[in-house]
This record gives sequence, structure tokens and C-alpha cells, in this order.
Amino acid sequence: MREVAIIGVGCIKVGEHWDRSLRQLFAEAALTALEDAGVDRVDGVYVGNLASATLNSQQHLGALMADAMGMPGVEAVRVEAADASGGVAVHEAVRAVASGMLDLAVAGGVEKMTDAKLPDVEYAIMMSERREYVTHTGVTITGLNAITAQLYMSRFGAKYEDLVLFSVNDHKNAVNNPYAQYPFPITVERVLESPMVADPIRLLDTPGVGDGAAAVVLCPMERAGEFTDTPIRVGASTVATDVVNPYEREELLTLSSTRTAAERAYEMAGVTPGDVDVVEVHDNSSVMGVIALEDLGFVEKGCGHKFVAEGEIEIGGKLPTNTFGGLKARGHPWGATGVYQVVELVWQLRGEAGKNQVDGAEVGLAQNVGGTGATSCIHILRRVD
Amino acid sequence: MSAPAVRREIPYRYRLMGTRCVRCGAVYHPPQVVCQKCGSREMADIELSWRGKLMAYTVIRRPPRGYEDYKPYIVGLVELEDGKRVLAQIVDCNPEEVREGMEVEATFRRIRVDGSSGIIEYGYKFRPVIRWGGEGAHSSR
Repeated sequence: MREVAIIGVGCIKVGEHWDRSLRQLFAEAALTALEDAGVDRVDGVYVGNLASATLNSQQHLGALMADAMGMPGVEAVRVEAADASGGVAVHEAVRAVASGMLDLAVAGGVEKMTDAKLPDVEYAIMMSERREYVTHTGVTITGLNAITAQLYMSRFGAKYEDLVLFSVNDHKNAVNNPYAQYPFPITVERVLESPMVADPIRLLDTPGVGDGAAAVVLCPMERAGEFTDTPIRVGASTVATDVVNPYEREELLTLSSTRTAAERAYEMAGVTPGDVDVVEVHDNSSVMGVIALEDLGFVEKGCGHKFVAEGEIEIGGKLPTNTFGGLKARGHPWGATGVYQVVELVWQLRGEAGKNQVDGAEVGLAQNVGGTGATSCIHILRRVD
Repeated sequence: MSAPAVRREIPYRYRLMGTRCVRCGAVYHPPQVVCQKCGSREMADIELSWRGKLMAYTVIRRPPRGYEDYKPYIVGLVELEDGKRVLAQIVDCNPEEVREGMEVEATFRRIRVDGSSGIIEYGYKFRPVIRWGGEGAHSSR
């Protein structure tokens, strides 16, 4: 296995891009990443996407995006693992480069959500869950997270006001991110006054609907010097799965796919949770962010909400979290989210994070989750000195 | 949903049928052909309990396509008397009346109507256990 480096990154602002198509969004992010790397052709393209068939009546995204990038002929494939598709697309590209089968690869993610009406968007993401058992109840992803929040609050004595501090932190960080969908601060009071979506979860505690695309360029570490002075090492890239129906799992408040993927990632990268300087987690509502911090080993099970309430996830705290806004405020264009996380870690590790720079960041971790935890993808990135 | 898909789901959507691993006793709903715990492929049909307690619930106020007419509706996680957990709509009570720990029972209801000419899907929902008069006298299936 060869060591793999990230040599270029690119993304578009998450938002309502009425005048740009699925194909244009991906091409823009990918071409930006190629320009950043100083590369004009790659050997492989990996496209993460959740719902193009449902939302955009389009499939065959591998060839479609290679064509859009002006590279018909290259190997290209679409990767789907619910809203972990982006992270898993990066994972597949890392494996291809590490194995020696490809030298240069683009891994990207794209989701064009605003072509569909809201009930269709809710329906599309629910295709990530067991249709015959969970989806038919009419529950939504936010509804499933709401049940998790109810269970978490009654088991660990947390208050909803404490949990939503996670979303408040996301918004605070998004203010300085030009690519964020919602770059403005919110308060706990504003969250609690916003409309109820699925009790107890309120609108300002859920990701919005937005279009997004992000991409990275990978090459073997031994060639990285040809393209950049600041390559970022992929220390670990892991994927694990779990029983798809969340209520058939023994533990309802633990994402064992995250635990498994994280344990393997720490071992692969040769680091411990204590070595991580900056983290991006998959907070598709605040309770899932809190649970992620626990399952990644940063804080004991049941104590995540206290860690958040103590301000430890803020920039300047023990563990700066979602430093570009996370799913809540950067946005959650499903198939692209995992790639945005990796792009944002690269900015941090290169020292290009501007006002949100975490001083001396050397190790970053991203956790990207599919559905309610049936897939977890972990990346650990490291600065090269 | 196509007619064959609806038809093949009838046993576990209409009657709460699952499978039980003959070797280790693990129960699955919907059915599983291989046991996730012991790997056995010897599975037998089993009907789940129709009664249980509400572990947690939410109220869906922003529904997916096909469920708009029902909103707001309650979706709850029910722990059945046999220990299995089932997610279902909680009906015959308002969001203000529902509470954690409430005793509930399965009831056969309409789930979704696919337009004016599509299939009408049916299946289980859960409702509060209704007690008529004295102790022990209550509705059951």
C-alpha cells in the first residue's frame, strides 16, 4: 500500500443554485480542485451522490461527470452510501491510489436538492432506511433523530437547550466560511422559538435544503512534491456498517459503525483521540453531533452534552468541532457533505482557515454517516512536516 | 409501490410476522434469512406480540411525500411484550395525550394511498390500550 496525499481541493457555496445543474455543480467543484492541484488530467473519478435518480432523474454519474470535466475516457464511477456517499467516494479513491492501480484521482460529491419539492426531498433521504419497516411509518430522518434525542435526554438527563448548543456553534463558525449556506449566528432562544419539525427538534436544529458540490485531488505521497508544497497526508480512511434498522441494534444511543470505523482509523493513522486537533462530525441534528463526539472517543458516553455546554467544541476549546459550520450551517447536500468535511480539514491543516484557523492544527478527523448510522466513514488527515 | 411488493409484505405488515433463529432464538422483524447473531440459516416464522409500551415518540410536522394528509402525526418506538422494538404511527390519540411508557396495542389501519388510481397500502399502527370498566377487562385483538 502506498501513502496517499491530498494535493487539491475545491467546493461551491452550498445554497439554492437555480441556474446550475447537477452536472455543472460537480464540474465546477472538480475543476476548482484540479486548478488548486495544478493538474489537468486524472486517471480516475469517484462521484458521491445519494439521490440523483429521485431528485434529478439522472443516473450514470461517473461517466456524466468525467464528461463534464472534459475527460471522457477516464475510469469513473458513482459511489452511493446514503449521506455517507461523499466520504465513501473519497475512501474508494484513496484505495485506488494506495493500491497503485491509479496515480491521480478526483473524489467528489454532489447533490442537487432544490429541483425537488420538500416532501420529495424528505422521501428521497428516507430511501436510506428500511422501506418496509421504518419508512412506511411516515417517519422522517429528523423524526428518527427526534426519537434518539428523546431517548438521550431521558437516559442522560440532558436538556434540549443543552443539545442545541451544537447547532449554535455550527452557525458561529459558518460566519467566516464563504461557502456556508447559512453564514449567520443563531442563539439558543432563536432555536427554541423556531417552528417544530419533529418534537423536540426545531427548524433551526436541522440542516436546510441546498445544492452543493465538493472535490479533492489525490496522488501517491511520493509524487505530491511535483504538484504542491503543502500536501496533506491521508493518515486513515475507513468504512464500517451496522444493522440498517436502527431499532434492531442493541444500543440505541451508540453508532457502532462509527466506533468500529474510528477504532480502525486511529490504529491505521497511529494516533489516539487525544491527538486530534480539529474534527468534523455528521450532525444532521444536534443530538447526532453529541453522540458522534462520544462514539469517536473524545468524551464518555452520556457526557457529550456537558462537553458541548462547557464550550469545549468551540474554536479555542479542547476540541474545535465543525469549524466551517458543520451540517447545520455549512449545509448538508447529502452526497457532497463527506467531501466538504475533507476539504475543510485540508484548509485547517494547510493553515488556510482564515479567522477560524485552529492554531497548530496537525491532525484532523472527519466522520461522515449514512442514514441513521448504518454506514460510517472516517478520515484522519495529517499535516506533512 | 407495486402490487407484488405490497402483497409479499402482507405477513409482516398485516400480522407482525417475523422470523426466529432456530439455533439461538434471536427474533427479526421483518424476516431475516441468515441470523445476524450466530450465522444460522435455519429460521422459523414467528408472530410478534401485539401489545407493548411506548419507549419514545415524536410528532411529524413536515412529512415525506404520500403522508401530507395525515400531518401532524405521532410516530413512536414501541417495545413489545416479547422484547422486540417496532416503529409505528401512534393513532387514536392526540399529541397532547401521548406519553412515554403508555401501554399500546397494534391495530390494522390504512397506511398510504398512492394517488386516485394506485394501491391503498394497509398495515399495523399502534393505539393506546383501551380499558372498558373494571380491571382486566380491556380490548385485545
